[in-house]
Amino acid sequence: MTVEVLFGLLGVVATGSALLVVTTRQMVHAALWLVVTLGAVAGCYLLLSAEFVAWVQVLIYIGAVVVLLLFGLMLTRAPIGASVDLDASMAQRLAAAVVAGATAGVLVVSLVDAFRGEHIALETDRPRGHSSAVGAALFRDWVLPFEVLSVLLLAALVGAIVLSRRDVSEPAERGVT
Amino acid sequence: MPLLLPVLLAALLFSIGIYGVLARRNAILVLMAVELMLNAVNLNLVAFDVWLRDRLLAGQVFTLFVITIAAAEIGLGLAIILLVFRNRATAALDELRDLREQDLAPAGRLGESGTDGGTEPAVTS
Amino acid sequence: MDGFYGGYGLVGLLLLVGVLFVTVAFVANGLLRPTVPGGDKTVTYECGVDPVGEGWAQNHIRYYVFAYLYVVFAVDAIYLFPWATVFAAPGFGAATLVEMFVFIGFLAVGLLYAWKKGVLSWV
Repeated sequence: MTVEVLFGLLGVVATGSALLVVTTRQMVHAALWLVVTLGAVAGCYLLLSAEFVAWVQVLIYIGAVVVLLLFGLMLTRAPIGASVDLDASMAQRLAAAVVAGATAGVLVVSLVDAFRGEHIALETDRPRGHSSAVGAALFRDWVLPFEVLSVLLLAALVGAIVLSRRDVSEPAERGVT
Repeated sequence: MPLLLPVLLAALLFSIGIYGVLARRNAILVLMAVELMLNAVNLNLVAFDVWLRDRLLAGQVFTLFVITIAAAEIGLGLAIILLVFRNRATAALDELRDLREQDLAPAGRLGESGTDGGTEPAVTS
Repeated sequence: MDGFYGGYGLVGLLLLVGVLFVTVAFVANGLLRPTVPGGDKTVTYECGVDPVGEGWAQNHIRYYVFAYLYVVFAVDAIYLFPWATVFAAPGFGAATLVEMFVFIGFLAVGLLYAWKKGVLSWV
């Protein structure tokens, strides 16, 4: 029972901070609210006994991806404090809200209809997502996708280097560090 | 735990992500909304993996893969945004309309008229 | 306090105690100390020199590549953890060992590329 209550609380935290991510007027605050959302989702993974995935979420998403996003904010000279031009026009925001609301409605209705009364039986003595269980699955059944992933990461790394490389004759630096 | 709990949370996060992608103007904030949507998908994967007690642990392994791909995607996306910002000194998505359809051209001759030309890139470096 | 949730419950309890400790300490501190706000106290401390410019400077784009290299190798590192728990287990062995080195090898090519392009030189 406590697990359900905790999950509900984490869900409220995640939803509320996600709403703040998409509505706040301060860019840096958006990144920090994203940290709260990702942390709450990591807690949800933990409660679902996906232990390893939860810590990977903390390490990669909160530790690395948000850092990268903050770097992006600094490099694009995001202003401190509120700025008015972060959102599209009122009409577009209304349309976006309608689309998002319709998506939520369709998803919620169909999911409630499909999975009402289904229960997840959680194993409490040994978690399903223990790192050795994940390792066994990864290196027994998912070896090829895992290796392909390294090629993807290589391609992304090379792409990022090519895109952000200064060309031969450096003009006067715009940024001061 | 009822299966509906994580699944509904994922649906809400996904819808919020959709709102963010459509309503935000700054490219980095759009990327943040995309991250929200990816997280919703991950939550679904983990919930169904635990519910189905999948023998191959497919849901959780896929979640790891999605997190990896998200890291690659965010790196490339930000590199592109930084390049755009370097050339135009803006990260607003609705100002990047060089590839838009030329709506002033008469119908049927879309390919020929190109005098409109779009905005000149404001090179500042 | 045993089992999966018990273990993490203990961690959560410890976290709660830590947060409470700091909160109580700061609140007690705030109640007991004299409060004299002044102009110079809010200035950013820069080793005794008056701060120049604002606290939010624009970074050079070169540092973005360093940050991204960190992200890629953090992603690499999270696969090392499950690998380390299984590669010596029965049924895995040399093939699993080689698989991880193939993975790291591909990423090392990326690092090599960055090095050859002169990204890694610190200016």
